[in-house]
Amino acid sequence: MAFEARARVLDTEDLSRIIRRIAHEILERSKGSDDLALVGIRTRGVFLARRLGKMIEEIEGKPVAVGALDISLYRDDVATRGASSIGVTEIDLDTNDKKVVVVDDVLYTGRTIRAAMDAIMDFGRPQVIQLAVLVDRGHREVPIRADYVGKNVPTSGNEKVKVSLEEIDGVDMVEIGEER
Amino acid sequence: MNEDVNGHRHLLAIADVDRDFIISLLDSARSFAEVSTRPIKKVPALRGRTIANLFLEPSTRTRISFELAAKRLSADVISFSRTTSSISKGESLKDTAKTLVAMGVDAVVIRHSSAGAPKMLTGWVDCSVVNAGDGMHEHPTQALLDLFTMRERLGHLEGLKVAIVGDIDHSRVARSNIQALNKVGAEVLLVAPRSLLPERIEEMGVDITGSLEQALEWCDVLYLLRIQLERVEESRFPSLREYTLQYGLTKPRWQNLKRKPLVMHPGPMNRGVEIESSVADEVESVITGQVTAGVAVRMAVLYELLGGSHG
Repeated sequence: MAFEARARVLDTEDLSRIIRRIAHEILERSKGSDDLALVGIRTRGVFLARRLGKMIEEIEGKPVAVGALDISLYRDDVATRGASSIGVTEIDLDTNDKKVVVVDDVLYTGRTIRAAMDAIMDFGRPQVIQLAVLVDRGHREVPIRADYVGKNVPTSGNEKVKVSLEEIDGVDMVEIGEER
Repeated sequence: MNEDVNGHRHLLAIADVDRDFIISLLDSARSFAEVSTRPIKKVPALRGRTIANLFLEPSTRTRISFELAAKRLSADVISFSRTTSSISKGESLKDTAKTLVAMGVDAVVIRHSSAGAPKMLTGWVDCSVVNAGDGMHEHPTQALLDLFTMRERLGHLEGLKVAIVGDIDHSRVARSNIQALNKVGAEVLLVAPRSLLPERIEEMGVDITGSLEQALEWCDVLYLLRIQLERVEESRFPSLREYTLQYGLTKPRWQNLKRKPLVMHPGPMNRGVEIESSVADEVESVITGQVTAGVAVRMAVLYELLGGSHG
């Protein structure tokens, strides 16, 4: 199956504006970057978390902890779907009493985020867990919502949202289209 | 990894798997190793699955390692041994296994003194089978955890020079390791008296030497096998003392080395036989590291069989 793009919903400039805005929103809501920890969900969420971390560091002048989370082992559909290869989780930070912001590229059914929360709870007891996503495409199957949203993109169930990031795809953009 | 007609996957022998399988398993084992370093050393990946450990030959580390691996993946585990089961009443392996599967077991991990028992089992039961050591045939998960340890410590496997010392003839560990190392492009040198080497072993693509000194100069990894004490009675070699003199990693041998290889041992060690006690203390961290790696590698194997990336 190949992805066939119908429209580009975000380009490079849009993406960098979104990162800057969400960084500011996180800082506003958390009243600074103390006790803040960003946890990106593999694969693209990790790059977004790193970008947010860099932006927050530029604004506040001090580094913020960034971790990477692979949620394959927490999925609820391993039995039916089969698992893909598993990445390494790198949470070298103490999440106890931290304000953890989970970062992912697309929010869809919400099941990934449910799994991510389970995983994070196994690492400690954060003061609060929030969610930042680049795109919210709707169609939730569990009661989860994002605290920070780059762009709401209404979609139909058979449409796909494709996020490309400079770090692995060579270009920053978000497209909407169909698998054919 | 074989898949049978019912879609069950088995790990029976290194002979059955290819390089890509080994490398991808070692990659995912790295993620599973991370799980064991967490405050809560458990993930829900195999929740609701049941794994039976059928150990019909004595074993401490392999049995516990498989049990821990299953538990850290949230699977339910039943463990039983020869003495505490109906096998001591004379029940056959076939009937025991069928009973287990009738109770809804998803995988059987089997250790058996007869080569080929795990393979037989796959024809009788409707579930996955993992070979945890069968006679003098193979011990695939041991080879995988050894390769994992070498790769993590030395950074690569291709071109690695590995010397395996000791009773190759009786060793399923050696058989699995030789094949696994061959597949990933490492070089293997066997160090043993002719009486402890199987016939036509050269055909497995290995070199042979009788000189431990020569091997020590050459190797990146020195893999010592356990000398099974009962073999002395079979007159495979004159005495333990004689063996130690020629093939033991003694203090003088170790101290004289300018470039020290990674010393590995599948355990349990016979201190004073294949390795002098003070040398064993010095290299112990690697050998306990092998044990730690065992849990991660077996988690990866169980997950591959039962969670599986087939689909």
